[in-house]
Amino acid sequence: MSTMTTFDPSTRSVPRFGAVSPTLFGIELRRMLRNRRTIIFALVFPGAMFFAIGSSSSYATERVGVGNVAAYIMASMALYGAALTAASGGASVAIERAQGWSRQLRLTPLSPVAYIVVKASVALVLGAVAVTVVNVCGVIQGKPDMPVAAWIGCALLAVVCTLVFAALGVFVGYLVPGENAMQILGPGLAVLAFLGNVFIPITEGSTMWWVASFTPMFGVAEISRWPLTHQLDWYSVVNAIVWLAIFLGGAAWRMSKDTGRV
Amino acid sequence: MTTPSTTTAAGTATDANTDTTSGRRTSSRPTPAAAIELSGVTRTYGKVVAVDNIDLSIEQGEVVAFLGPNGAGKTSTIDMMLGLAPPDQGEVTLLGMRPRAAIERGLVSAVMQSGGLLKDLSVRETVTYMASLFANTQAVDDVLRGAGIAEIADRKVGKCSGGEQQRLRFALALLPDPAVLLLDEPTTGMDVEGRRSFWSAIREDAERGRTVVFATHYLEEADQYADRIVLISHGRLVADGSGAEIKSLASGRTIRATLPGAEGYDLQRLPGVDSVEVRGDTVLVHSRASDDVARHLLSATPARDLEITAQGLEEAFLSLTGDARSTDNDANEMETIR
Repeated sequence: MSTMTTFDPSTRSVPRFGAVSPTLFGIELRRMLRNRRTIIFALVFPGAMFFAIGSSSSYATERVGVGNVAAYIMASMALYGAALTAASGGASVAIERAQGWSRQLRLTPLSPVAYIVVKASVALVLGAVAVTVVNVCGVIQGKPDMPVAAWIGCALLAVVCTLVFAALGVFVGYLVPGENAMQILGPGLAVLAFLGNVFIPITEGSTMWWVASFTPMFGVAEISRWPLTHQLDWYSVVNAIVWLAIFLGGAAWRMSKDTGRV
Repeated sequence: MTTPSTTTAAGTATDANTDTTSGRRTSSRPTPAAAIELSGVTRTYGKVVAVDNIDLSIEQGEVVAFLGPNGAGKTSTIDMMLGLAPPDQGEVTLLGMRPRAAIERGLVSAVMQSGGLLKDLSVRETVTYMASLFANTQAVDDVLRGAGIAEIADRKVGKCSGGEQQRLRFALALLPDPAVLLLDEPTTGMDVEGRRSFWSAIREDAERGRTVVFATHYLEEADQYADRIVLISHGRLVADGSGAEIKSLASGRTIRATLPGAEGYDLQRLPGVDSVEVRGDTVLVHSRASDDVARHLLSATPARDLEITAQGLEEAFLSLTGDARSTDNDANEMETIR
């Protein structure tokens, strides 16, 4: 063994957890937080949306579940703002692709699924910022009313549900070139928010409602308002889980194929 | 009487044990697995056959050049060795395992000509990031020092010069101490001194058992730094040998002459002739013994207007592949399709 002239492959091992580690997560998080544009967007946009839509409602003080309509709108806006922020964060993989980074990563033990989960989790941090901002705006505005437990519950669920859109953002980031990702995600998420009962309630039982119940924001919107409304249907949970799996799987599939040279 | 025999028996037993042990040692590490083994590997992109039924075995510690014109299939072959593009047919193994399994163990690395770095990370962050992905790596500071980029460790990659980025790419490739290092046109853009120090470092690594395969379209570079040159053209392996052997193949000349009815003279039979091409009254003979061919043409046939031109590497490839179809279009297409 003193003069090693051949390599013995049996001395080498494969990293655990698809090579995900706190180091990897830490550097990815730092990269996200260093991006000033993303952070400003996460801090400003969701709050502005809340004030634009939330304060104009004349039903603000009507009762819904254990709270009022203003609380319902706040929970919805928190989810929408977080979804858009997290999706834009996830879509930043498009910039990495343009630099040939995914090809470089394909030459390491890092598994595509593990990488997508890390990217989506980091985008989730941005989503959490957005949810916090909207809830703080709600407190400042003073109109939303619900028990503290419901308030905290809605906020936490909104953060968790944002994972679906973080994954969607990563997926879209792998499908289209960088500058186009947000052009698709912006209007796309607005449409999904309409279909997901986030802006205006759709009449339950109508054809529109039936179609809407299959769209990606429908399930998570109902889940994130559950502490307030105490209403949760099984198909909403199925909807959320299925869409998360589709977006994560789609992103991992695209990443594994993304081996082009730049 | 009994005592000595017991001793002998014990002695024999010990000998047998030793034999078994050493036997086991040799059988667990017989001849070490080939660093790279390609068998019947084929890869097509649409209608273009990028790699056509290549068989190749590279031993550990060899420094091998993939030599061929642009679009010959070198890059496609390297991509298959890295598991980035699965072959349509055939099998690729590195140290006896699938490419992906070798990558997961940090046994194979590659250095790209460009890209593959994030501009917003610092040099140190990039090395730390990559080091976190392998089970066995060297210490980040040692790697930075070894690659001569310790003093720019805190600089953003986007602010580094092309040479500094290239040093970073090499540092990343050597991070897991790979058994096989694949380099695609590694010295593009390097000056003479950079090229020399680069290759002396590579040779040193090879002496410690690392296998190095590099793609190039420079015969001089392949000849100077590789133990073995594999010549690739139209996706096929057309020659495989030492630098001297390949150079002699490429050192032929083309003899052009006007000779009506050239088919009747059986020029292919002449010594050193690689190929004979007849275009109307003109005949083109590619030969390694051009003087003999010229002498024969002028003395034994009615050939006239004789011209002798040195054969370029490009022409050598064509004469070796034995077909004269125009490759330029195919080659360019292959580069862009990938």
